[in-house]
Amino acid sequence: MPAILEVRGLTKTFGAVTAAGDINLDVQEDTVVGLIGSNGAGKTTFVNLVTGYLKPTAGSILYRGRDITALSPRQITRMGICRSFQIPQVFDTLTAYDNLLVGVGVAARGDGAGASTAFAGLSSEEVVQGMLRRFHLEPYSDAPASALPEGVRKLLDIAMALVVKPQILLLDEPTSGVSSDEKFALMDLVLGAIRAEQVTVLFVEHDMEVVRRYTQRIVAFYEGRVIADGPTAEVLSNPEVRRYVVGEETPARPREERC
Amino acid sequence: MRRLDRTTAVLAGALLVLLAMGPVLPKWAVFLVTVALAKALVVLGLLVLMRAGLVSFGQGLYFALGGYAAGMAAQALGVGDAVPMLLLGTVVAAGAAGLLGLLLARYRTIFFAMLSLAFSMILYGLLVKSSALGSTDGFNVAPRTVAGLAMGRGGIYALAVVCSFAAALGLHHLFGSHLGRLAPAIRDNELRVEYMGASVRNVVHLYLVLAAALAGLGGGITALAVGHIDPEMAYWTTSGEFVFVAIFGGTGSPVAPFLASLLYELIRSYAYEYSPNTWQMVVGVSMLLVILFLPGGLWSAFARRRRAA
Repeated sequence: MPAILEVRGLTKTFGAVTAAGDINLDVQEDTVVGLIGSNGAGKTTFVNLVTGYLKPTAGSILYRGRDITALSPRQITRMGICRSFQIPQVFDTLTAYDNLLVGVGVAARGDGAGASTAFAGLSSEEVVQGMLRRFHLEPYSDAPASALPEGVRKLLDIAMALVVKPQILLLDEPTSGVSSDEKFALMDLVLGAIRAEQVTVLFVEHDMEVVRRYTQRIVAFYEGRVIADGPTAEVLSNPEVRRYVVGEETPARPREERC
Repeated sequence: MRRLDRTTAVLAGALLVLLAMGPVLPKWAVFLVTVALAKALVVLGLLVLMRAGLVSFGQGLYFALGGYAAGMAAQALGVGDAVPMLLLGTVVAAGAAGLLGLLLARYRTIFFAMLSLAFSMILYGLLVKSSALGSTDGFNVAPRTVAGLAMGRGGIYALAVVCSFAAALGLHHLFGSHLGRLAPAIRDNELRVEYMGASVRNVVHLYLVLAAALAGLGGGITALAVGHIDPEMAYWTTSGEFVFVAIFGGTGSPVAPFLASLLYELIRSYAYEYSPNTWQMVVGVSMLLVILFLPGGLWSAFARRRRAA
């Protein structure tokens, strides 16, 4: 199966700091990929690079074979790559309903690719109602986003990314700020809603139990580099991942040998 | 049959009442209402920008361009009818915003406000120095017909009423459209708007052109109603007055600028009549009362009553 996303030699430096160093990976369509790593490992930098918020120092990003490295976040979104944020980015003065309606309006306007063709036969209101229902946001429909609890804002943030009908969705720490009791319920809800649309998902996560349960593949980052990439069980049992990401005191190869 | 929504009904009612009142209103009232409506059109454009979080202190630029273009249509091109004069004023103002918007749409907050002010003062300087345009004195404007009909007493008044109705109705529909809904979204979170696939800069640019077109139309109507244009139309105090009226009325409805503009002209006229040396104080106190008791502007009083009902 051809890769929907191909990353080649992706590098991003900030002065002497390498936030992403020579990252190479292919993402297959209709898969769920976990991006793991300790704080500062380069996960969010990778998300920012793929979605156009940051421009790489070197390397390229191909989406369905097309080079998107130099495109703006807007252009990348319109092609079908969307994202959610670690800190929910919603429209605070608008209701949850209107937050989604804005997205439907943008997507419905369409300019050719990805997002624009998805609402055939449905009115904007029906699309929004469907999304509210799918994310269990109906009780909050008329409440301004600023008044919503943090967990609900997270859901709204993800729903806003999904409402523009992406092909690839990058979720930046979808369970951060959510209690451990609620994480699995939230992920069941979120991934259930997303996977119903057959969207390829890459999500940044710190909780290894969440990653183990919901991903088919893991990419592990450490100091801006990918130290492991493969099936979930295999990566989670990798000694380097256990040492540098999980934080276990396991013997590992000296770092020089990895290069 | 589809029922009219409340705003459309209010606007349609106001249109009929104002048109019916035209023949019976005293001359001074016809003039006052015409000027108030013309300025309300400028404020209506300001409303488009304010909903997106942008405050322009330079709408006088487009107001003056609309007035001068309408005047020049008569002087230089020999146009005698008010409608093409207004059309030209609107198009010239919109065209100027199309050009200046390439730069203005990149700026926000105080930088946007000051840059818009700077552009209006540049025009003011050019007009003052231009003897061909009458320099500080300006020149007279006198249309002979309105839409082909001989200029009656209330010709410009009726034109102002119809233009105001059309503009307010158009904006009411814009605010409820996908394009209009982007304005509060841009005000709240530009990053998210971009990550939903919309170009914030393009949308702001479009809003600038729309606001300028309305300001140009208002400037044209003012020029025809007053019968004279001068560089004061581009001066920063004129722009400040539009911002004043916008805050006075609030941004909650396209009806608000008309209500606020009418009230503002009444307060100013009566204050000037009875207290010519301190009329600014009366206007200032009026604004203070609105800010203290109706921080959302005059229109919020109606919105509050509707919520309570």
